[in-house]
Amino acid sequence: MRNNASNAYFSRSQVTMVRCLWMLIAGMLALMTLFPLLWMVSIAFKPAAESFSSSLIPESPTFDNFIYALTGVPFIRYMLNSFFVSATVTIVALFFHTMAGYALARLRFPGREIIFLAIFSTFLVSLPVVIVPLFIIVKAMGMINSYTGLIVPAIFNAFGIFLLRQYYLSLPREIEEAAVIDGAGYWRIYWSIILPLSRPMMSALAILFFLANWNSFLWPLTITSNPNLWMVQVGIANFKSQYSASWNYMMAASTIVAIPTLVLFVIFQRQIMDSLKISGLK
Amino acid sequence: MTTIADVTTSGANSTRKGLSARHREWIAGYLFVLPDVLGLFVFLGVPMLLSLVLSVYEVNGFGGYNFVGAKNYIRIWHDPLFWKGARVTALYAVMLVPSLYVTGLGLALLVQQTNRFNAIMRSMFFAPNMVSLVVVALVWQFMVIDKIGVVSQAMAGLGLPSISFLGDPNFALITVVLVSVWFLMGFYMLIFLGGLQDIPKEYYEAAMIDGAGPIKRFRYVTLPLLKPTSFFVLMVSMVAAVAGAQAFDIIYVMTKGGPANSTSVLIVYIYQQAFSFGAFGYAAAMSSILVVALMIVTAIFFAVTRGGRFDHAE
Repeated sequence: MRNNASNAYFSRSQVTMVRCLWMLIAGMLALMTLFPLLWMVSIAFKPAAESFSSSLIPESPTFDNFIYALTGVPFIRYMLNSFFVSATVTIVALFFHTMAGYALARLRFPGREIIFLAIFSTFLVSLPVVIVPLFIIVKAMGMINSYTGLIVPAIFNAFGIFLLRQYYLSLPREIEEAAVIDGAGYWRIYWSIILPLSRPMMSALAILFFLANWNSFLWPLTITSNPNLWMVQVGIANFKSQYSASWNYMMAASTIVAIPTLVLFVIFQRQIMDSLKISGLK
Repeated sequence: MTTIADVTTSGANSTRKGLSARHREWIAGYLFVLPDVLGLFVFLGVPMLLSLVLSVYEVNGFGGYNFVGAKNYIRIWHDPLFWKGARVTALYAVMLVPSLYVTGLGLALLVQQTNRFNAIMRSMFFAPNMVSLVVVALVWQFMVIDKIGVVSQAMAGLGLPSISFLGDPNFALITVVLVSVWFLMGFYMLIFLGGLQDIPKEYYEAAMIDGAGPIKRFRYVTLPLLKPTSFFVLMVSMVAAVAGAQAFDIIYVMTKGGPANSTSVLIVYIYQQAFSFGAFGYAAAMSSILVVALMIVTAIFFAVTRGGRFDHAE
């Protein structure tokens, strides 16, 4: 479209020039955007003496910072905690949200629209706003300092239900009609027809849920004082207060924490970015 | 013929269970939505109501709650730190929302065309959003350390005056806003890309036939047709800014609200009151004011845009 546009005003060589300029601007901005992440990785490989040298390439690269971060602090434990919590939340959330999404899109029952609106109205309520009462409720339920406390409240969010409902609304009705005629119950339709059909949407949501939980900080910070239960973001924030001057260790720890999400992103960038694009469309 | 026979058997099945097909569908529907509805109610609905209830209580020395009426609200009225927090929150939102709109839309226009180069660019712009805010805050804090941080060094190299990004109350909040923009702009770029995709190509072709240049096409085709996306972006970013969805993590790691409370957004102050001083009732009272503020923001958005509906054929 830009291309066509330019044709009306510029000659062919001018179009190429504008295009190159456009790409140059994009490329420079993109490199600037990536710079802090590259800098983090660079410092992680630099010995302490080099922490404040301004060269991006380490002069004498070393793994010492990583070894220190992994052995001096129970980072492996934090990562396992994060992995366990994020994976459990993701699986349970997908299960519940597909069920709710299916019912809200396909089954007819009184109050369905009101229930949907009620779910949708929680869309804009974010965790910080309810953190104080939520903490009191979870404490009253005896879930402080426990995996249950880390997992259960993180399962429920309107975003996933909403996206799945929209997805099911877009599926043709004939798909289940055959099964209904065969006398299949609703559970069987859900389990053997709807779930397999949701695979593309579910994989996108699974990545988003996993990342969100891996990266979450406020809730784990609030709910766990026992270091054995710390998730990785709490661990690294605490690492900072312990080693506030040792930036080389901190950048190594940051790199370790960021690598799993960045690797997931590189592998699944299409799915991640596409599913986020849909979320804005409604 | 077979279908009729099958329908009658399924009808026979349900009568055997003593329920009509319609009622079976009702029950199935309720059971399917039950886990999520229950969870959202307990972990989002009840907390919202509870913050109102808690706001008229005070935690006593034994961890019990005493009813204190409007005392917490009166305290808020006379608490200069609350008003400071409200001002900082408003300032943060006022700086962040337009910056995100401009950078998000700008980047989307920059990489709008679908080709391999732009696909890589999009991923690069979006990459910061994949990293946790704790790490983001750590890395930026390291980069802007006074004098020896790489940003400070670069500014000195360019002959710019040295700034204490996190130590100077005049700059700390701006620094937090810049980090937030860096983190979020790729996300809003994606939302805008989705919106741009939805604009029918014919509109641009028609505008071109009428002799409209790139700027006119942006002004009279892109912007008006992007209204639903703009509404979504402005509302979501505004609500997130006021609620402190990203600000909390960044500020907790980088400044803890300082220096001189210049980055003490409401949510950080509320958190300190609750979890450092145990003033749960007071914190809950401030939370409910925040909830009301958010509801007002959302209501204004919906009122201005007539329920978020837009006429595409405007």
